[in-house]
Amino acid sequence: MNKMDIINKLASDINVNQKIAKIAVDTIIDSIKRAITKDERVEIRGFGSFTLREYKAYRGRNPKSGETVNVEPKKLPYFKVGKELKEMIWKEGPENS
Amino acid sequence: MTKIDIVTNLYEKLGFSKRECAHIVDKFFDIIKDTLEKEENVKISGFGNFFVRKKKARRGRNPQTGEEIKITERKVLSFRLSQVLKDDINIARKQ
Repeated sequence: MNKMDIINKLASDINVNQKIAKIAVDTIIDSIKRAITKDERVEIRGFGSFTLREYKAYRGRNPKSGETVNVEPKKLPYFKVGKELKEMIWKEGPENS
Repeated sequence: MTKIDIVTNLYEKLGFSKRECAHIVDKFFDIIKDTLEKEENVKISGFGNFFVRKKKARRGRNPQTGEEIKITERKVLSFRLSQVLKDDINIARKQ
């Protein structure tokens, strides 16, 4: 499923035209993007959260040339799946063990 | 930032009631959740991809007791940030 599919599904689910659905989807995604670009934590209950994770410097290798490169320490957003969604995907229980 | 902030942004953009906007935001996340539940990947260009991965059974250890435990096979959700967004974040930090 891609963004276009989400727009189409949203339009039919809430009974609005494609144009409105597109504005809605773009606004939601842009809101999250803007927050994580500003290193802000985003938490959507039942879905998950985006938090900033720090990575230490390490020596990496360019997979094409095989050349060793030093990778600087960095901070990147990390997505942690929410409890509800996690359980929708995999429920621990007698039926699965 | 939480869902309320997203609802407020949508309210300012669409001019619908806050209640309607909250419903739209919930619906948006429900669509993604239902898709992932069916093990179908969700790709949002310029943002990232959500995908379900199958993990094999393995032996683990309880870090507190040191006791060896069996970890059953399972499915987990992964998210990979888009390269475009990664670059945007780096540019934003340098400014």
